[in-house]
Amino acid sequence: MTTPDHLDDLDAVTALADRVRRAAYRAVADAAPDPAGRDEVAEALGVGRTLAAFHLDKLVDAGLLEVSYARRSGRSGPGAGRPAKLYRLSAAEHAVSVPPRAYRSAAELLAEALERSGAEETLYRVAEEHGRKAGPEPDVTTLLTGNGYQPATREDGRIELRNCPYHRVAEQFPPLICGMNLAMLNGLLEGAGLADEWCARMDPAPGRCCVTVSKNKTN
Amino acid sequence: MTDFHVAQMNVAKLRAPEGDPLVAEFTAGVDLMNELADRSPGFVWRLKEEDVDLAALGIQPAPPEMIATMSVWESLEALRGYVYHSTHLDYLRRRREWFVPGESAMVLWWVEAGRIPTLRDGLQRLALLGAEGPGPRAFTFRQPFPAPELSRP
Repeated sequence: MTTPDHLDDLDAVTALADRVRRAAYRAVADAAPDPAGRDEVAEALGVGRTLAAFHLDKLVDAGLLEVSYARRSGRSGPGAGRPAKLYRLSAAEHAVSVPPRAYRSAAELLAEALERSGAEETLYRVAEEHGRKAGPEPDVTTLLTGNGYQPATREDGRIELRNCPYHRVAEQFPPLICGMNLAMLNGLLEGAGLADEWCARMDPAPGRCCVTVSKNKTN
Repeated sequence: MTDFHVAQMNVAKLRAPEGDPLVAEFTAGVDLMNELADRSPGFVWRLKEEDVDLAALGIQPAPPEMIATMSVWESLEALRGYVYHSTHLDYLRRRREWFVPGESAMVLWWVEAGRIPTLRDGLQRLALLGAEGPGPRAFTFRQPFPAPELSRP
């Protein structure tokens, strides 16, 4: 808790102590992968546009949100109006533990050891078993949300997961960690009793989880 | 515009020679993955088996289980996009079904844009990585090094 890095993380996290500001952060998170404007955040929170803007800009100062500008109406040229200020989650991660702990380093060492010894398949099996333990759940969205994912159903019926729960370590060890995640998701679906209907598969793309969930082909 | 491209070489040992049912699914995917690489953003060049004449290079032919890939990309991000953010990731995820652990290695290094590395270059960079660990002349995704600065007149 004494290094400058820790204090920055603490600042970032305490910026979320205010209830309205936390709701603003959540509104921006819910809009992903699209950025959110002040108006829609104000509406989601049921507060005025000025108050929403105040909290959004405080979150930017704390490094939790990033700003971009774009015309939202699709119009351009004279009369199109000023570009709107838009917000999205910052890619930076902030972890605060009291007392300080280094689980991330431990995860990276374990991942490297697994790769070096070629024990990937064991990890996948462990992850699947772990997923299965979550137990019955008839609704796939509730299942995914309840296990830390942010599901979003696309037009083609595929469910994308907008967050990557293992982001930092997944970036370091993509096949290992994404493979673990895939096995865990298929375990969750099986344990929930949804495996006949739904299936998790590798479907990598930047900016979201590399696994998507889609309906099994039925005749 | 970048003055340097990133080169990649990978060697790995299959659990069985090509043609064996044990590695059939891998072999079936090789052409698909090569075609995907060819049309991926930032792809520059890749080594094709038919272009390699080991005898002419004075390199001992490797056992049939050993396979190698070598390619050049416009940037580290472009290479990463193909390796980790495409269907290629699913083949990587399954590599233990097909490859012997501890018998594979991948190395990255910078080449001047327009220069195509030779097989010998690649093998030397692999040896360098093995001997000295990641450095500016031979590195990995996990521990990359920035491209050298071109000296200008």
